[in-house]
Amino acid sequence: MAKMTMVQAINLALHQEMERDDNVVVLGEDVGWDGGVFRVTDGLIEKFGEQRVIDTPLAESGIVGFSIGMALYGLKPVCEIQFSGFSYFAFHQLESHAARLRWRSGGRHHVPMVMRAPYGGGVRALEHHSESREAVYAHTPGLKMVIPSSPRNARALLVSAIRDPDPVVFFEPKAVYRAFREEVPEEEETLPIGRSQIAREGKDVTLIAYGAILHETLEAASTLQKEDGIEAEVIDLLTVSPLDDTLFTESARKTGRVVVVHEAPRSFGAGAEVVSRLVEKSFLYLEAPIRRVTGFDLIIPLFQREKAYLPGVKRIMRAIRETLEF
Amino acid sequence: MPRKEIDLPYRLEYLSILDENGEVDKNLEPNIPDELLLKLHRAMLLGRRFDERLLQLQRQGRMGTFAPITGQEAAQIGAIATLDSSDWLVPAFREMAAELWRGKKMQNVILLYAGYDEGGEIAPDLNNLPVAIPVGSQTLHAVGLSYAMKYREKKQVAMVFFGDGATSEGDFHEALNFAGVFQTPTIFVCQNNHWAISVPRSRQTRSKTLAQKALAYGVPGIQVDGNDVLAVYSAAKEAVERARSGEGPTMIECITYRMSVHTTADDPKRYRKEEEVEEWVNRDPLIRFQTYLKNKGLISDDQIDTLEEEIKAEIKAAVDQTEKRMEELGDPLAMFEHLFAELPPYLQEQRQELKLELQEADQ
Repeated sequence: MAKMTMVQAINLALHQEMERDDNVVVLGEDVGWDGGVFRVTDGLIEKFGEQRVIDTPLAESGIVGFSIGMALYGLKPVCEIQFSGFSYFAFHQLESHAARLRWRSGGRHHVPMVMRAPYGGGVRALEHHSESREAVYAHTPGLKMVIPSSPRNARALLVSAIRDPDPVVFFEPKAVYRAFREEVPEEEETLPIGRSQIAREGKDVTLIAYGAILHETLEAASTLQKEDGIEAEVIDLLTVSPLDDTLFTESARKTGRVVVVHEAPRSFGAGAEVVSRLVEKSFLYLEAPIRRVTGFDLIIPLFQREKAYLPGVKRIMRAIRETLEF
Repeated sequence: MPRKEIDLPYRLEYLSILDENGEVDKNLEPNIPDELLLKLHRAMLLGRRFDERLLQLQRQGRMGTFAPITGQEAAQIGAIATLDSSDWLVPAFREMAAELWRGKKMQNVILLYAGYDEGGEIAPDLNNLPVAIPVGSQTLHAVGLSYAMKYREKKQVAMVFFGDGATSEGDFHEALNFAGVFQTPTIFVCQNNHWAISVPRSRQTRSKTLAQKALAYGVPGIQVDGNDVLAVYSAAKEAVERARSGEGPTMIECITYRMSVHTTADDPKRYRKEEEVEEWVNRDPLIRFQTYLKNKGLISDDQIDTLEEEIKAEIKAAVDQTEKRMEELGDPLAMFEHLFAELPPYLQEQRQELKLELQEADQ
């Protein structure tokens, strides 16, 4: 086992999947000789050549539409959109075609592709470089929406996404890219798409999060344990869609108190879906209203105000305390 | 440094072989075996008659909205006839004649436009994509497919159809650009039928031709008389041969005309003059090809009548069979099929929800 950052772990997944299966190709802007602006695709072109590691023209719709064509032929394209904020150029290709071709052709065709994109705030970036718009993709029938939270699960989930027979949108929390290292096994590891995990066990309150903000949520949980003796259970969704409601339902029925955390805007966000499922299936188990700690329903401000926008440890802790005191 | 003219590597040609009266230019006449000429004719006639029948079915309320092809048979059949069965067809939504040529069943056409998802089914041995309605978006799929062919070192090509309106869409430009950069074996067939619903060709672009747009991307382009099946066939054959031998993509602009409505939900009288349509009646691709075949002694009026009867019976059988099949189709639960390889738990729940609702309705 080696200690790796998320960038290195994703890079490992790409290297190993390309070695294992020559249907896997990587494409996007600057993914070749530059190794990607975050260096996620570093070293691939040297090893696999320009035919399999493709520096494309600067055109996001082109990249995704081109990937769809390759996937229809039987390749497994992993395309990179440099920042998720530029993925809307390609949205109609995902919505109108990647998500529908299996259905439209009565099962004759399918689109085994992955669209990777760094997403989320916290890196002092320019406009369009800090958003969290996973709900847009999660709301689209026919797409899977995966968001890892750590180097090890990023590697394992990306391997699963590449092997998945259907299109997967894979958002990488760029605030986590180099934030910490984690042991990542050299040997193959996968994690099922559509399955959440317990990131921390507890009995008093259930916290549900995913992506970069999972780490603030965990920090809030351990601070509350130290300061108040509260045992919070933390669920890491890992896949936003298809949403796994089994673990958080079980946990909510045990604790009766729930706080959902994400950095995306609140209204119509992933948290709204989580809360709806809990209300539909576990209403009588709840001891307090479910709280959402999220980004505000605004365009994420430039980096001088970014910290105030993103839900931090303090905001999460306050919501947990209020839920417990209700 | 003086100003000087930049020497561009491409010129643009216009190709016409069979004129409006069915007179052939002997120097340009392609060497097509008699059997194939008759096959092209049959496919064009089938396309025309089936289109007419579909329009009747729609007007009788037995089918929903569709986009008729009448007048564009030569552009479709001339191009598609140059493909091998292992090549790929990437259609837009007005290529019914080309799709039938490629093995799509009339039954599927009717089912789709009668609102049955099953109409979109594609047999496993056919390298066809389903119709693509968002204008121009399918062009990129053809480029991706043909990149994959090149990567796999297969001698295949992909042929994509689109209209004049599509040349205003960004995806069309991105597709030509990708095809040019990666030198993919892609044939771009533009059916310039002069109208994008109510907007004339002159409103889509100031460019003199649509074919010249390819030149900007370093892709050869040619403009052909799209109502002349011999010209379309010759240009497409050249393009396919070039693509197959590794020399990259080509764009063919077929000058044709939408003789009918955009779709059955449209009334062209609101925006175009009948006189314009009349002019194009004289340029009918089917009649001029029949004149050519008759002049060559390949077909007689009697034989055309017999063929008409044969096709009529074929269409009738397809309509009857389809309407019979419709009685067995329509299980609402089938809407849950083919979204994903495996139905995730939340969709199993939703499927169950509908199932219970249907059971209650039955009681």
